[in-house]
Amino acid sequence: MDYFIELFFSGLTRGAIYALIALGYTMVYGIIGLINFAHGEIYMIGAFTAFIIATVLSILGFPAIAIFVLAGFAAVIWSASYGYTIEKIAYKPLRHAPRLSPLISAIGMSIFLQNYVLLAQTSDFLPFPGLIKDFQFMEPIAHIVGSTDLVILVTTTVVMILLTCLIKYTRIGKAMRATSQDRMMARLVGINVNRIISVTFVIGSALAAIGGLLIASHIGQINFYIGFIAGIKAFTAAVLGGIGSIPGAVLGSVVLGLTESFATGYVSSDYEDVFAFSLLVLILIFKPSGLLGKADTQKV
Amino acid sequence: MRVMLNGKFVAAVAGLMMAVAVPVSAFAAGDTIKIGVAGPHSGDLASYGLPSVNAAKLVADQINAKGGINGKKIELLIEDDVCKPEVATNTATKLVSDGAQVVLGGICSGATKAALPIYMDAGLLVMSPSATNPPLTQSGEYKNFFRTIAPDDAQAQLDVDFAIGKLGYNKIAVVHDKGDYGKGFAEFAKKFLEDSGKAEVVLFEGVTPGAVDYSAIVQKIKQSGAQAVIFGGYHPEASKIISMMKKKRLEVDFISDDGVKDITFIKVAGDSAEGAYASGPKDTSNNPLSIAAVELHKKTFGSDPGAFFENAYSAMLAMTNAIEKAGSTDLAALKKVLQSEKVETPLGAISFDQKGDAIGVGFSVYQVKNGAFVEL
Repeated sequence: MDYFIELFFSGLTRGAIYALIALGYTMVYGIIGLINFAHGEIYMIGAFTAFIIATVLSILGFPAIAIFVLAGFAAVIWSASYGYTIEKIAYKPLRHAPRLSPLISAIGMSIFLQNYVLLAQTSDFLPFPGLIKDFQFMEPIAHIVGSTDLVILVTTTVVMILLTCLIKYTRIGKAMRATSQDRMMARLVGINVNRIISVTFVIGSALAAIGGLLIASHIGQINFYIGFIAGIKAFTAAVLGGIGSIPGAVLGSVVLGLTESFATGYVSSDYEDVFAFSLLVLILIFKPSGLLGKADTQKV
Repeated sequence: MRVMLNGKFVAAVAGLMMAVAVPVSAFAAGDTIKIGVAGPHSGDLASYGLPSVNAAKLVADQINAKGGINGKKIELLIEDDVCKPEVATNTATKLVSDGAQVVLGGICSGATKAALPIYMDAGLLVMSPSATNPPLTQSGEYKNFFRTIAPDDAQAQLDVDFAIGKLGYNKIAVVHDKGDYGKGFAEFAKKFLEDSGKAEVVLFEGVTPGAVDYSAIVQKIKQSGAQAVIFGGYHPEASKIISMMKKKRLEVDFISDDGVKDITFIKVAGDSAEGAYASGPKDTSNNPLSIAAVELHKKTFGSDPGAFFENAYSAMLAMTNAIEKAGSTDLAALKKVLQSEKVETPLGAISFDQKGDAIGVGFSVYQVKNGAFVEL
């Protein structure tokens, strides 16, 4: 039973990690129907920004908690400005192009950003400082749930609730939903659609930056390539949960994380990805719109 | 970013590419000995490939300063294969068509294996400073392949003997990264553990490189009751697993291979790396040739040499010596010299056996103590 609980929490942490990235994917898709493949790179840039700021601040002798908060803020602002700029450069000019064009543009952006960081920073793995210190009260169960695991789980939950509230209950959320349902109509009733799309990218990128900070302190190392694999898994999770749906992204991530963890624990880690993607195929066969996705009715 | 994409920039890049392309073809007609250098010179494994480039440059410069080999200067053709098999075949084709006569490389076993048939068809001698996958020599398939490093099975045997004999363990988990190198090493470790009759392999599994979290496999290692983990793979995964072991309060020994015996492992894993074991090439720092090579590297490049520098340096010496003695770069003639004559290198006096493995090159076990690898 202990083993089951250990695996359960491993899976939950992994799911929460995927969820932090998947939320950004699903938000952007929900509003403009674009799979933003550069999202993983935004996450990577967030991690690098946090790394640089944290290194500078620790040389200056700031306390750990201050470093964590300030590095987080810097990462959020820097990544958000990247998200904003990317949307303006790579996607906005293609707003009226066929659906495939922005998708290719997104893949190009992803490759560009990876290589940009490779050249501007380094190809080496960098040791990311353990910004989250071990909490004393976690010590008795540290072998099951670590302190960073706890922070990631709590952050993901809070972020998910805040996002849902934002979209359901605020003016900007209403405008987002309107834009997502019918862009032309939204414009006719006076919604600044371009602004709404920019805001979506800024929020999505800010989430990716928070993910970058937390996940990098969990794993303890970063390089220019981390965004790619994490991005693919998070994208899978978003599709699994129903792309476009906020709770769906979290549910999909947790299901994916748990599947991988139990597959590793009870079968073999060699087959971790086999189980994860078989699950995806099965769910898409029986529920093509994903676990919590709404069936796409064809507008006539 | 926008500035970088304008016309001037594109023109500048195109101009630069042409400027780089010209000298290569200009020399093509010259009477030189062309040595190809293939390996990862960019990407996340660049730290394994760049030291070999430096070694090749140092040896070539020294020989050229003395007038070359039999009056011919050495020209290096340096090509990046980023340690990826699919890129390595292109690299090999490029080197062959550029007229390389012998090749130093590749660095990673997978990329080397992919490139070898192309070199073999062209009749080129290939000598790797670091590709340790056993079948590369033992299968007898690649008659043009030599290496100045001992194969993984020698390393796996050493690690297994160490775990059973020195540390006295009898329950061992074997984990690998599913790659040619890591899995090859792990399979040998498993075989030797089972053959020894003194230890039980309680777990044998591959992890997915680059995964965001390894806690499930760490819990599984804990559940298996292993006293030590033998890991086959490279340092990025090793540092993630060992950090996660410390996080999950799992106190078992970590024993690994020379893909992990890299200073980056200690830098990235930090305190978690303390006490970990890794096998790597024998310490040759008392060999005068080695001291001279390292000094020369410091003088020329202003830094300490990196991984496999001495193996690459030795490979260059062995190949250039063979070319000189054979009087040509003909494969059969080179093989005869390599297999019959000893050559003094930073690794000691080495020659090669019939399969292409170096005689007189071996491994030792190192332990991380106070942030450095110490030979045991």
